[in-house]
Amino acid sequence: MVKRFLKAAAPLATLVCAAMTPDRGSMPAKSYTAAYAALTSRIPAFARKYGLRCSACHTAWPELSAFGQRFKDNGYQLGNDRDSPIWQNNAYWPIAMRTTPQYRVENTTNQVTVASPGGKTITQAGFDLSGVDFLLLGTLYKDITFGLVPTLDADGTTGLEAAFVRFDNLGNSPWANLKVGKFELDNLLSEKRFTWLSSNGGFLYAYHYLPVGSANNFGFGDNQIGAEFSGHSINSYTRYSVALLTGDDGEPGLPGGKSVDAMFTASRAFAIGSGLGPQRVGVFGYLGHRPTVFDSSGGAPIPGTGSANKSFVRFGATAQLWVGNLEIIPLVSHASDDAALGPGADKPAWNTALLEAHYVATPRLLVQGRYEVMRMSKQGDPAIPSTQGNADAFALGVRAYPFMFSRDGMALHAEFAMTKTIGTAPLSGDGSGVDPATPTTVVWSRSLLLAFDFAF
Amino acid sequence: MRPQTRWLTLSACGAVLLCGGAVRVVAQEAHVDRLTGRAAAGKPLYTRYCAGCHGDEGDSRGENTQWIDPKPRDFTLATFKCRSTPSGTLPTDQDLYNSVTRGFVTTNMPPWVALTPHNRIDLVAYIKTFSARWSTAKPGTPIAIPPEPAPTVQGILHGRELFQRLECWKCHGAAGHGDGPSAKTLTDNKDDPIRPYDFQTGTRFMCGTTNQDLYRIFMTGLDGSPMPSFADQLQPAQAWDLVHFLRTLQPLKTPEATIWRAWFTTHGRELKPIGQEGGGQ
Ligand code: HEC
Ligand code: HEC
Repeated sequence: MVKRFLKAAAPLATLVCAAMTPDRGSMPAKSYTAAYAALTSRIPAFARKYGLRCSACHTAWPELSAFGQRFKDNGYQLGNDRDSPIWQNNAYWPIAMRTTPQYRVENTTNQVTVASPGGKTITQAGFDLSGVDFLLLGTLYKDITFGLVPTLDADGTTGLEAAFVRFDNLGNSPWANLKVGKFELDNLLSEKRFTWLSSNGGFLYAYHYLPVGSANNFGFGDNQIGAEFSGHSINSYTRYSVALLTGDDGEPGLPGGKSVDAMFTASRAFAIGSGLGPQRVGVFGYLGHRPTVFDSSGGAPIPGTGSANKSFVRFGATAQLWVGNLEIIPLVSHASDDAALGPGADKPAWNTALLEAHYVATPRLLVQGRYEVMRMSKQGDPAIPSTQGNADAFALGVRAYPFMFSRDGMALHAEFAMTKTIGTAPLSGDGSGVDPATPTTVVWSRSLLLAFDFAF
Repeated sequence: MRPQTRWLTLSACGAVLLCGGAVRVVAQEAHVDRLTGRAAAGKPLYTRYCAGCHGDEGDSRGENTQWIDPKPRDFTLATFKCRSTPSGTLPTDQDLYNSVTRGFVTTNMPPWVALTPHNRIDLVAYIKTFSARWSTAKPGTPIAIPPEPAPTVQGILHGRELFQRLECWKCHGAAGHGDGPSAKTLTDNKDDPIRPYDFQTGTRFMCGTTNQDLYRIFMTGLDGSPMPSFADQLQPAQAWDLVHFLRTLQPLKTPEATIWRAWFTTHGRELKPIGQEGGGQ
């Protein structure tokens, strides 16, 4: 969330313009997906509708608990035959708003500027705003769910983060649900509902990294447009989803080609131990395509004419493990792109591994840490130093919720996050936003965030 | 306030708290299958999941109670609707565990099936600390439910007769619509208005879904509600007949409904209507 507003002017403007004049030819070398990364959601409207405390659906909001996961999988329904809006008081309106006033410091080393072409440290500090997320989600009818998430960035830019309709429990079976529109991928470790907000901590390299000079724009953390077929057991301990997605990384207007991407996830939870949740393990995979050739007119590519699709794959495994009130979330993933997606004649490939730990001391206190490593296993061009692009990210945070009830929520959020990237600008977009002077230069980027995160 | 007086006030408060708390200091466990639930482990879970409705003190005075109808259960009364045990007795741990797992259809009580079994049994242990009755009385012995006979037209007709004779219709209405002559006047043990179950729209019951559950419902009653136990009026065979008749009232494709509809199309006019003047046959 924070990043979105930090980077607001430049990348969002880029994206907005790109959306208006789809232009694959001049696709930014490194997409600014991270700018969208941490748009998180958490929905007091449901707490109000059902009279449940935030802590019923969230281990520590916005992260979902097993109960919250089941509720979501069920189409935001409890299944008490009172989920259809006709049972609600007429005054009920399924909307929640979230924003985060804050103080933050961003510090990034080895930044190339006009005055210091060799690089210098840039520090930004002060009171700032996040944007506002409007979370409109609910049921249109029993077993028909909708979602609409317009966003308003602090600089006034608007966006449509999600817009979908979902048909739940097809043939009265929880194993068959169909969702169509723009939505978050069924990521087990959700970046939209995670408890990190700072510029360097509010996204995962696993979900957004692309090699230096790549023409790909895919990010697991970006909401995509398509259709998802999913299902789950009664308690949602077993879950699967398969999705077909337009290959435009969530950008509306069909700017690219006609091929579709495919995503699958499967996970299974086991009721082992007496911890706060079950032990879940899961796998995910994504097969995508991006066009490399466009027909054009007056120099501008014509939307829909993208061809010569080249593929890329992402796959990985993750888990959510509970020991008492301690949650441990490991995630490993592998990624590779077709050589034609850049930057050179070889297929670039890279791996990420992360370990996140949450200590949910009480429903009102969360202490958390995360360490993520990203390593290039093969560069797209032998001329690129083998370490260029490698990243290490570390984050530590505390969230305290001064009250916990069923109308709204607030968190006092403190977070410190740090990344080390080699030969690239940090994905946070902090600093000058350009790659450092040499492909082996190490860039450290640090964020300190003190924020009031609230939603009503 | 001067220091001494403040101290006195504090110790007075402390004494009140201690005595008030004493009732609750019954070490509580609950058992289901091979799981043992512990009240101490259930307490933080209760705060997280349940207290917003059932109240921190288990007295059903959570912050949401004012908006909810029917009201959440008051655990300090230790009176429960869904039991396998006779009317007036405490439910078994399994009964409470099943209620927590299943939730109460058409009410705000959600199904907690996504919580691990361990969490659920810990919660059961904790809600038993809210009433001293759990340390002075034992749960009742679950009623015996003999095997279910196959439904027949004769049985269903007999069940219909019982529905008339036992005056189920006075509350539930002649067609099971929940609109009998007494329906509007009913209140529960907390004097809150309560509506009889509507068979015409209800596909599930609060206390279960199966024919066995249905048998158990009217043979144990829903304590704390006007829905009585009919264990003293019904022999097991009669109870099964009543079960089979009740199934014909619901919007379900049950075997009972199939048998009944086939018979009803040809013989329906021979039936006396249920109600004040009716004979049920
Ligand atoms: C959103 C409100 C709400 C929450 C949260 C809630 N309940 Fe309830 N609960 C109710 C209501 C309402 C009833 C009564 C329904 C009725 O009488 O028809 C009830 C009834 C019960 C009963 C009574 C069963 C019986 O046979 O009479 C138990 C036991 C129970 N709840 C346990 C729990 C536990 C344990 C939790 C937390 C895991 C919980 N409830 C959370 C609203 C809630
Ligand atoms: C004095 C009124 C009254 C009479 C007589 C009565 N009921 Fe009920 N019954 C109720 C009420 C009230 C409820 C709803 C209880 C609640 O919502 O907690 C109910 C609920 C039920 C339920 C649904 C329970 C659940 O778990 O959802 C069944 C089944 C039922 N009654 C069957 C019968 C049968 C069979 C008879 C006759 C043998 C009968 N009732 C007689 C008042 C009555």
